[in-house]
Amino acid sequence: MTLARHFAVALGVAVILLLLSLRLSPYRDYELAEVAAYVTAVAGLTVLIGLSGQISIGNGAFMAIGGYASALVLIHLHWPLELVLLASVVAAALAGALFGVAAARLRGPYLAGATLMLAVALPSIANQFPSLFGGDQGLTVTIAPPGFLGATFPPTRWQAWVTCAGALITLILLANLSRSRVGRSWRAVRDDEVAAALSGLNVARLKILAFVVSAACAGLGGALLALVTGIVAPGAYTLTLSIALLTGAVLGGLGTLPGALWGSLVLVLVPTYLTNVGSSHGLSGAASSSVPIAAYGVVLIVVMLAFPAGIQGGLRRFFGPATAAPLTALRRRTPGSEHQEEGPI
Amino acid sequence: MQEFVEFTLGGIAVGMIYAAIALSLVLVWRGTRVLNYSQGGMAMFTTYVAWVVIRDTGDYWLGFFAALAAGLALGAFLESTVVRPTIGKAPLNSVIVTIGLLILLEGAAGIIYGGQYRSFPAAFSVRGLKIGSFGLGISEADLFTAAAVLAAALALFLVFEYTSIGLRLRATAFSPGVSRLLGIRIGRVLTLGWALAGLFGALAGVLVTPSTFLYPNSMDAIFVLGFTAAVIGGLDSPVGAVIGGVLLGVLLSYAGGYLGSNLVLVYGLAALVLVLMIRPSGLFSGAATRRV
Repeated sequence: MTLARHFAVALGVAVILLLLSLRLSPYRDYELAEVAAYVTAVAGLTVLIGLSGQISIGNGAFMAIGGYASALVLIHLHWPLELVLLASVVAAALAGALFGVAAARLRGPYLAGATLMLAVALPSIANQFPSLFGGDQGLTVTIAPPGFLGATFPPTRWQAWVTCAGALITLILLANLSRSRVGRSWRAVRDDEVAAALSGLNVARLKILAFVVSAACAGLGGALLALVTGIVAPGAYTLTLSIALLTGAVLGGLGTLPGALWGSLVLVLVPTYLTNVGSSHGLSGAASSSVPIAAYGVVLIVVMLAFPAGIQGGLRRFFGPATAAPLTALRRRTPGSEHQEEGPI
Repeated sequence: MQEFVEFTLGGIAVGMIYAAIALSLVLVWRGTRVLNYSQGGMAMFTTYVAWVVIRDTGDYWLGFFAALAAGLALGAFLESTVVRPTIGKAPLNSVIVTIGLLILLEGAAGIIYGGQYRSFPAAFSVRGLKIGSFGLGISEADLFTAAAVLAAALALFLVFEYTSIGLRLRATAFSPGVSRLLGIRIGRVLTLGWALAGLFGALAGVLVTPSTFLYPNSMDAIFVLGFTAAVIGGLDSPVGAVIGGVLLGVLLSYAGGYLGSNLVLVYGLAALVLVLMIRPSGLFSGAATRRV
């Protein structure tokens, strides 16, 4: 039943997006495609943090894996588009599984540190094997619209269709997953690991699964973003990208899929605006491009301290009753447990 | 043979930097159970302070001590403003807030100083030392780095063991609740811990930056390796942090020297994951228990 409802909502959204993309200018179509690619990655991250209670500051690295996988498959194997995207999902999921096996043993701060290191370390691999990964220049990714659309069909509109389809499929799958037995188990693990284990849940396997799902989403997001921007290069997958994803998830509201959409809209639309504000106030190019980066920091701190439920939490408070589980992962712990949450005392 | 000696001594010198970062993380972790991901950003920012002072006055030592003072002030300021509200809540909150601080500091540095790579002077000659014709792989600047970090660590040890402030710091780390009942002003002690951590981070920043250039992300790689060193040392033990730093420095120096230096961070990541899988609480921690 849930599946049918999610599917119906997605179909409605798909029709709206289709009509919208026909009316938008090529540049707006490009922005739409970019938002869709970010939604895919942010949705995976918000499920990881909000439902399973683990945190990753390295999902930009999984986006890199997805992006490079799609570029390599496209260049060397000439597979059709849907198989290219599938390959990037599989590659990122495998990497996520590999990392998740280590991550499942780690708790909050350790896991965050390990994923942070992944984000910092991974781009250096591209420079180690320049013949395969193209070094600093990266690889180009070119996808032409299929022939039946006609020669004059705007390429950005086709990109918007592909990315929106990818994002919608991801959101349907994630929505169903979070309502399923797996989603409930994740919440149980998030709220109390010991109690979950005592109830017969395999905590380690659930945590690895969450990590794999989040990495797979990031991989698809990375491949979609590569299609949109037309290039994969180490400079695009810095720590800043990973933190931008985190900002999107936190701002939208951790654990909520509509929140991933709000967060991604902000991630795509606001930085350009802020950079322009910076340069119109007399900042140089490099300085004004740092304005959005500083803004990510302000958003992370302010939202976390003052509005931990994010945009979606605010919307929910204003419109109607709560429909999904509240964010108990972020609840205040009882006073007696201060300083004794993690690790050895 | 010469290579081996060079890699070993060079590794120890770099390891002292990791040790300084690791010490700053341990200081904060012991007091507040917060892992300060903004430590690298703080160190980068205070190094910019030193850079500005040196550029304007031409005096290296004035810049050096300005960075240390800025580190103390920045640590205390950040703890008492944005970090305090997250203490005692779910660990996720402090992780996200300190990550926010990191990116805020990097963005602010980019806005104020621009994104260019700036060269930063070293205190002493960076020419390799030799005994006869036998190169040692380290310079006077490296010797100063090791001496400065060791001296700071020793001073920290003395403060912890022999002063009443140190006793308060240790008591608060051991049991904040009981310490509060015994009349310790916990808030001030935590702020002091962050200030000291800021000092160690600033020290690491000015010592390492001559070999990396100065730019908004310049401390990212150093920070993650310092984090690895702290995890190797067990996060709770200052001695472990220093040993972990040196150990990691030497290991990565061998790996970089014999296998190629492009992938040093990847080797560091492998070391981190290995340590966490084998001994999640670090190689030098005592009996580990986790409250449920």
